Amino acid sequence: MLSKVDQKMMALAGDQAVAYAAKQSDVDVVAAYPITPQTIIVEKFSEYVANGEVETEFVCTESEHSAMTASLAASVTGARAFTATASAGLALMHEMLFVTSGCRAPVVMAIANRALSAPLNIHGDHSDSMAQRDSGWIQMYAENSQEAYDSIIQAFKIGENTNVLLPVMVGLDGFTLSHTLENVLTFSDEFVHEFIGTRKIPDVLTHEAKKSPFKLDPKNPMTMGPIALQNYYFEFKRQQEEAMKNAIEIIKDVNNKFADLSGRKYGNGLVEDYKLDDAEIAAICLGSTAGTMKTVIDELRATGTKAGLLRIRTFRPFPSEDIISALKNVKAVAVMDKSMSFGGNGGPAYHEVRHVLYDLPSKPFVVNYIYGLGGRDTSPVQLKTIYIDLQQILKTQTVKEPIKYLGLRQ
Amino acid sequence: MSSELKGWKQIAPAGVCSKSSSSFLTGDWKTYTPIRDLEKCTRCLTCVIFCPDGAIRWIPEKKDIEFDMNFCKGCGICANECPTKAIKMKLE
Repeated sequence: MLSKVDQKMMALAGDQAVAYAAKQSDVDVVAAYPITPQTIIVEKFSEYVANGEVETEFVCTESEHSAMTASLAASVTGARAFTATASAGLALMHEMLFVTSGCRAPVVMAIANRALSAPLNIHGDHSDSMAQRDSGWIQMYAENSQEAYDSIIQAFKIGENTNVLLPVMVGLDGFTLSHTLENVLTFSDEFVHEFIGTRKIPDVLTHEAKKSPFKLDPKNPMTMGPIALQNYYFEFKRQQEEAMKNAIEIIKDVNNKFADLSGRKYGNGLVEDYKLDDAEIAAICLGSTAGTMKTVIDELRATGTKAGLLRIRTFRPFPSEDIISALKNVKAVAVMDKSMSFGGNGGPAYHEVRHVLYDLPSKPFVVNYIYGLGGRDTSPVQLKTIYIDLQQILKTQTVKEPIKYLGLRQ
Repeated sequence: MSSELKGWKQIAPAGVCSKSSSSFLTGDWKTYTPIRDLEKCTRCLTCVIFCPDGAIRWIPEKKDIEFDMNFCKGCGICANECPTKAIKMKLE
């Protein structure tokens, strides 16, 4: 371990790890509404408040729409705001997600990823956050509870960077991570405070050309997100795209700084490759599946199969350059989606990966595997079949079925 | 006209302006104006609570309410909620 700072091993489920990270991140306001499988985050945090362990203002809202509104309102006054939700809760926030990113409020939100109704299902898949991928939020997906803890801390530092100023959602797979106890290395409160630092408020020139701190303050009145019609709305949206572009470098930078201090590194912050250097066939996935996939790859490598993995850690901003460079020598790629885009010809990750590979002079075969919907277990044996399929594609040089459903009964 | 408009690199984020929304008058949006019957009104303040724009205020010195026509949008909620039917909406 390269660790330069003292860390304490704790047994934490993913939700508890997230709550603990939020506690240590010196959050001013938490406004939340409980929903399975995020519930433990809210329960644990309210316990910290009740025990006087934090000075955070805790707002029990009447809905997720209000939870996001209150988080946004707190954030635009310069406060550090945190919330958490899942599934239908995130769907109910939909409107306010756009207002939050549009007001450039760096709220951090944990998503205990869960399926959307109907039929009702409380288990893990990525349908909830993938449905919000165009909401202007940075999106990160954790592989394990350790990463969930680390990512929440990093998320404040990324979102609050004055070249970014965007809200960040950190996904952790419902139940698989949210409710599973793991060993998690934790920092001291002091270290986390110092790593994130206090929130810096940049000065902006308002519409009337007055220089003001970019926050709501009754002593220095300012209006954020007022009406902007045909003449200006478009320009503000372009600014948000630029902030996303800026976030790419900031995410890498925060990942590096974090690695230097903690000894833990998540690829380059955007993507993480596993045994990809000489790989002929590779899978791409998000979240906890990567853990199982790494074991599968170890087994395949033991029998001489040149298999690799690319885990997309940051889905927004989408790491196009990194994906192109990671896959430039791979001959066949399977993109795994734990959500569907009905009628969209494959899942969201497949769309985006296939899109960026279009510019490669020699394109690999790219196929899609929809899997694990509604928390359906995906075994190492099933995952191995993906690589067997890829080998078959290479052998025959044809793709018979570009979109497959892994673990679905016929 | 378009040459006067600024580009996306020249403007502050989130459309910030250094005025509060109270300096943006919205009263001229209305089609109906509330007219209060001072005899019928019991100063129960139901209308103050219900007004979605905060355009009806209790003035302690006057011991009476006041409509702020700079912000009243003429929605008629006050008239609908008034228990003594002291408020009527008049077409402007």
